[in-house]
Amino acid sequence: MKTTASSYLRQLEAESIHILREVVAEFTNPVMLYSIGKDSAVMLHLAMKAFHPAKPPFPLLHVDTTWKFREMITFRDETVKRLGLDLMVHVNEEGVREKISPFTHGSALYTDVMKTQALKQALDAHGFDAAFGGARRDEEGSRAKERVFSFRSEAHGWDPKNQRPELWHNYNTRVRKGESIRVFPLSNWTELDIWSYIHLEEIPIVPLYFAATRPVVERDGVLIMVDDERLPLDKGEKPEMRQVRFRTLGCYPLTGAIDSEANSLPGIIGELMATRLSERQGRVIDRDQAGSMERKKQEGYF
Amino acid sequence: MPKLTLVQPESGLDSEALEAMLAEEANKDLLRFLTCGSVDDGKSTLIGRLLYDSQLVYDDQIAALESDVKKGKGASGEVDLAMLVDGLQAEREQGITIDVAYRYFASPKRKFIVADTPGHEQYTRNMATGASNCDFAILLVDARKGVLTQTRRHCCILNLLGIKKIALAVNKMDLVNFSSDRFDEIVSDFEKFTKTLSFEEIVAIPVAAATGDNILNPSSHMRWYHGPTLMVHLETVDVASDRTLRPFRMPVQWVNRPDSDFRGFAGTISGGELRPGDEVIVLPAGKRTTINRIVTYDGELDVACAGDAVTLTLADEIDISRGDVLAAPDAEAEVSDQIAANVIWMDQNPMLPGRDYILKLGNQTATASISTLKYKLNVDNLEHQAGTTLELNEVGYCNLSISRALVFDPYARDRDMGGFILIDRLTNATVGAGMIEFGLRRATNIHWQALDIDKSVRAQMKAQKPCALWFTGLSGSGKSTVASLLEKQLHARGQHTYLLDGDNVRHGLNKDLGFTDADRVENIRRVAETAKLFVDAGLIVMVSFISPFRSERRMARDLFQENEFLEVFVDAPLEVCEQRDPKGLYKKARAGEIKNFTGIDSAYEQPERADLRLEAGKRTPDELVSELISSLEKRGFI
Repeated sequence: MKTTASSYLRQLEAESIHILREVVAEFTNPVMLYSIGKDSAVMLHLAMKAFHPAKPPFPLLHVDTTWKFREMITFRDETVKRLGLDLMVHVNEEGVREKISPFTHGSALYTDVMKTQALKQALDAHGFDAAFGGARRDEEGSRAKERVFSFRSEAHGWDPKNQRPELWHNYNTRVRKGESIRVFPLSNWTELDIWSYIHLEEIPIVPLYFAATRPVVERDGVLIMVDDERLPLDKGEKPEMRQVRFRTLGCYPLTGAIDSEANSLPGIIGELMATRLSERQGRVIDRDQAGSMERKKQEGYF
Repeated sequence: MPKLTLVQPESGLDSEALEAMLAEEANKDLLRFLTCGSVDDGKSTLIGRLLYDSQLVYDDQIAALESDVKKGKGASGEVDLAMLVDGLQAEREQGITIDVAYRYFASPKRKFIVADTPGHEQYTRNMATGASNCDFAILLVDARKGVLTQTRRHCCILNLLGIKKIALAVNKMDLVNFSSDRFDEIVSDFEKFTKTLSFEEIVAIPVAAATGDNILNPSSHMRWYHGPTLMVHLETVDVASDRTLRPFRMPVQWVNRPDSDFRGFAGTISGGELRPGDEVIVLPAGKRTTINRIVTYDGELDVACAGDAVTLTLADEIDISRGDVLAAPDAEAEVSDQIAANVIWMDQNPMLPGRDYILKLGNQTATASISTLKYKLNVDNLEHQAGTTLELNEVGYCNLSISRALVFDPYARDRDMGGFILIDRLTNATVGAGMIEFGLRRATNIHWQALDIDKSVRAQMKAQKPCALWFTGLSGSGKSTVASLLEKQLHARGQHTYLLDGDNVRHGLNKDLGFTDADRVENIRRVAETAKLFVDAGLIVMVSFISPFRSERRMARDLFQENEFLEVFVDAPLEVCEQRDPKGLYKKARAGEIKNFTGIDSAYEQPERADLRLEAGKRTPDELVSELISSLEKRGFI
């Protein structure tokens, strides 16, 4: 990294690498949840560093809700090919058969079936005892409270009131059969750190993060991109072409774009430093009820 | 949904200027600190204020807070800054902090990671979690209440965890009319308490977090105070560590072997610096070798220093695995299987001396037990108290005995090399945290006396395979009857045996022990060690003990080699045992004349995987013994 020895980012990098290695040394069947976004990009980059010259000794898992931006899927497949890694893609087929969609079933049920339940299916089917996730503590209140090594019961539940004490870098990695640990190597990174690191390390990211002219509709103050023909348009609603970009990426019907001219990393970072809104403001699912992230996490959401 | 009002970057801030700013940002130093103190002293409000005044609170977060106020969740009908930090529903509902929350902010001079820790005594373990990775602490005191027990407890834990510099923030000064007398009184109280502790610097600052006095801006209400504001102090306090100047240490975390051509040792350097060509010693084995290359994804390094996560290749092919430590040959780490340490207990179940726990120190994992609790520390007055166990949140100074040689440095010198956690073997809960003071003896100097006549030679002479049969079951289940009948039959077949019976041993070897949980653990430990000596002598040993706790039976099993220990569960229902009541003990227990009687007011934890289970409720002792004999024959013991 092009920084001095005492640098903040170099400390964060080393801490994350330590966490990644600890999991590989202590668990028998780890997996990395790869969600294609900027945090996953950084986490994957750190994994390439941690095990060099070996490849990361675990597979990547993408839980595909079938409603991701098309550019995300293209980027995902390119990334895996470029780095020569194993990728598993899991779709909740039951949900697909039931035609669960964010429009007809609401964001809460949709997220539960296509993300939370899908994730649990995949974890159970392969018997993973540890799963890396790219969540950061600065994202949201309940995440700020979560341990780096976060214990999950056999039912994948999180008990926020009874977390294992976590001292120094001595992580308690012990689980019984069926139980697991969610591991968050980016716990101490902020949104700004992620972008600064992507910039310094020249990490490839999905082009949706950069401003471009895209077709969007405005609903309840949220700009939704018309990524394919499945987006039902209201009567009289017409997509307009606007210069927008995304601050976070998820399922396109639930992810709001922002008006922006930033089409370079310095542009994004400059915008970030000036912004007055938090990162998850574009995420529809966080707001469907009070304390909703905490509740989702207790039920097994990442 | 607040309206999007994106501010465009200041004009003139072109990409070159941004690059420069980013470089500066990336090279800022980092202060990790915590806020602690008694409940309601305003820790979360203080952090909320720091974030708010540093303009690090986003519009939509403020809007969410205002909506909480409308729903009646804010305590006073005003925006409650504490709610920015308390992220769990239960916390927001009860207005308390349960677990540590991490917040991130920056000033033009520094980056900060702050751990906001809970004040309630029952959540002390979460406070310790938050403190363990910090270099600095803000200890809050409510100006109206002064120094409380919980203030002293936190102060004590900060001291134990090796935090050298703290700020005493005397908060809510607005509620004592910004009185300098009150401030001086609290500071002098506090100094009395800390004078025997090992803090290097305590800076007292009078503040009012709710109104912002002396947080970012100097207070106009306290002209008598001439020291720094809290923020100025956070920006300037010097916590530069000397980690790079210390002797080299790298615990091996993972062996990297992608193919037969590469064998690297991955780990995080905890002290010193390293260059290719440097000589290192591999501990605990004590072999020496030379560093060949320092391998990273970004290319090979000429030098790596404390804090770096690297992969090393060595000049010699020597056996090194996870848990070994590479160290500077002229300043080795200590190696010992006996240590003295301060232990903070973090579990509802008390610490029992003699019980085995899993100890994890860095990359080393071993079995450990507390051999002696030297004293408990009274956190209120720092006095040493006698004690036999440690309860939740208690602190004790202990000797620990470890199943293998541990490589470490005293905690005061290196947190990563001297801090460990203890894990319960059954629940897998993290039950304790320890800080090593020193090794009790150098294990490297104590070698097992290798004896020419060993177990196998003795066993050969007796034409048998020595083993321990561990009979467990309720009082009255028939353990002793079956064991003694078995011994008779084995004796008749010419086998050499010995029977250790619970009651008999309590009259002799263990007559100093009672029936508390702690004594029961010690009782089992002594019997298990004795059985081990007899097995070593080549005998078939029968141990007839209620041994109600799984963890102690496990401890006994772990003393023996595989296939040398058979757990025999003498399984008779409680009703049957109580009806038999051969010694009249159940009757007395029911009458309340005996306390802690297994099955009545003390638990019996059934074996989950006994090697043999005898249906002692249904079958006669003779039938059970023939079952045992044929099983021993089948397994080749006789």
